[in-house]
Amino acid sequence: MKAPTAPRWTSRGAVHGVLLLAALYSVLPLVWLATSATKSVGDFSTSSAFEFADWNLGNNLRELFTREDGVFLDWIRNSVLYAGAGAFLGALICTACGYAIAKLDFPGRRALFAVTLAGVLVPPTALALPLYLLASQLRVVDTFWAVFIPLLTNPFGVYLARTFAEASVPDEILEASRLDGAGELRTFVRIALPVMLPGFVTILLFQFVSIWNNFFLPLVMLTDPKLFPMTLGIYQWGTRAPQFPDYNPLVITGSLLAVVPLVVAFIVLQRQWRSGLSAGSVK
Amino acid sequence: MTTTTTTPTTTTPAPSPTAAPAGPPRRTSRRWLSGIALAAPFALLLLGTVLVPMGYALFLSLFTDRLSGLGFDGYRQVFTGLGNYTSVLGDPAFRDSVAHVALYALIHIPVMLAGALVLALLLDSAAVRLRQMWSLAVFLPHAVPGVIAGLIWGYLYSPGIGPLNDILPFDPLGDSGVLPSIVNMATWQWMGYNMIIFYTALQTVPREVLEAARADGAGALRTALSIKVPMIRPTVFVALVFTTIGSLQLFTEPLVLRTFTGTVTSTWTPSLYIYEAAFISNDYGRAAAASILLAVASALLSALVMRLSARRSR
Repeated sequence: MKAPTAPRWTSRGAVHGVLLLAALYSVLPLVWLATSATKSVGDFSTSSAFEFADWNLGNNLRELFTREDGVFLDWIRNSVLYAGAGAFLGALICTACGYAIAKLDFPGRRALFAVTLAGVLVPPTALALPLYLLASQLRVVDTFWAVFIPLLTNPFGVYLARTFAEASVPDEILEASRLDGAGELRTFVRIALPVMLPGFVTILLFQFVSIWNNFFLPLVMLTDPKLFPMTLGIYQWGTRAPQFPDYNPLVITGSLLAVVPLVVAFIVLQRQWRSGLSAGSVK
Repeated sequence: MTTTTTTPTTTTPAPSPTAAPAGPPRRTSRRWLSGIALAAPFALLLLGTVLVPMGYALFLSLFTDRLSGLGFDGYRQVFTGLGNYTSVLGDPAFRDSVAHVALYALIHIPVMLAGALVLALLLDSAAVRLRQMWSLAVFLPHAVPGVIAGLIWGYLYSPGIGPLNDILPFDPLGDSGVLPSIVNMATWQWMGYNMIIFYTALQTVPREVLEAARADGAGALRTALSIKVPMIRPTVFVALVFTTIGSLQLFTEPLVLRTFTGTVTSTWTPSLYIYEAAFISNDYGRAAAASILLAVASALLSALVMRLSARRSR
């Protein structure tokens, strides 16, 4: 397996040097976030960027959770609700639809898939304002549902689910289940869904990330801070920081808390997202 | 869930080899209904959160608010045809925003995709150890929400707080520095993601082909350029389409940078322009027209890229 006479440019040192540079470029800003979250307002602007000053993380956290009657807790709860419930429900809806498109014949199947593919290409920012205009017509602006429902729609998830269904659910299994007298819905829940579970988890993980990271839709839909997700709340505090420097530690500590769960999820669930990305990219 | 996963293996041998592949007509019609039932939730979502809003925006983009009569009755919606579109296209602020995004895309797309491709090829080369660790490290920024990434880099660029203002030969928040700064923020977030996609595609290149190339005396660089890259070309084109669509939407990074510098205007990109038109100028017609233009432009551009990729791979 080893290259016998690798030319100089692939020599181990050079290859690892480039990878090390890329890794440092990617990770150092996160290291800065972690070290800065431990600093007081004073040390934040006077101490060097990557070194620790006096340990102030406890104070920063206390300040973060008590500012404005502890609204940050609401933001955490909202992010978990939008992203957690949204990703679970969204992934289930995508998997059912992708399975139906791949395995069941019904009128409008091709048209639905074509529109889904077109939906993949509609940029979310071009969609946010139309959604706002529609929501304001329906008088649901500034409600939980105005953010929750549009984020359930994940055309790329349907595309992925169709790929997963085609690759992992053999027709013989479905035929056998039908001969056993099971209905189609039962066959989907009992037979196909378990087989497609890795695909379901991948869709869920990526939809979770995209809802957690979403910003534009909450920005246009919401004005009540009690409904904000973490991203929008932290952004709003960030816009105050230039005038009121005591918001800086809140923004930075809050950002750290918004980033840590996803970083941990990606490290723990490596196998899922790696296989999911390969399924999505090959076809 | 764990108990049901075993059912497929036990039921697989059940159908006799003579069983007809398609069920009787009664069953087929039931399959229709179940297909519709399973697809309906998503179809309704697609209708309600994509098609109807776009249609409504298209409708609104044809109207404008005018003061009626002497102004005592307040504003009234008036049909203007393509008036909003011509006013958007004729607006110097909109044209500037398009120019900014075009320049941004011209730098960001090649830099980010080339970086991702080079890193993927390096990871795929035989000499590398600890592949998982490298790829995870470079991928991690993708887990950071765009707003937070914007804030982190905004602080890193700020004089007196981050180190970059002292290190860089130019001011990253100044007139000419803002564009490279935004390119860097986006590249930081997306390079690792695309690197993983390219790397997983490289894994599917048949090893025999690579063995044959090596037997013919091709070096690692030669193999990478004339075998590996052409074989994953479809994947690269898909990434190109998604990056192009993403670039046109550019919004979060410049918006966040606005809190750190006055250099980024409130209409710096088309998305910011839409936001400004809708929520600061309260001109929904103009904002809707700009939204439609943005959606149409990105659909056309991605169709163009796909057309090109189909021609190339033939």
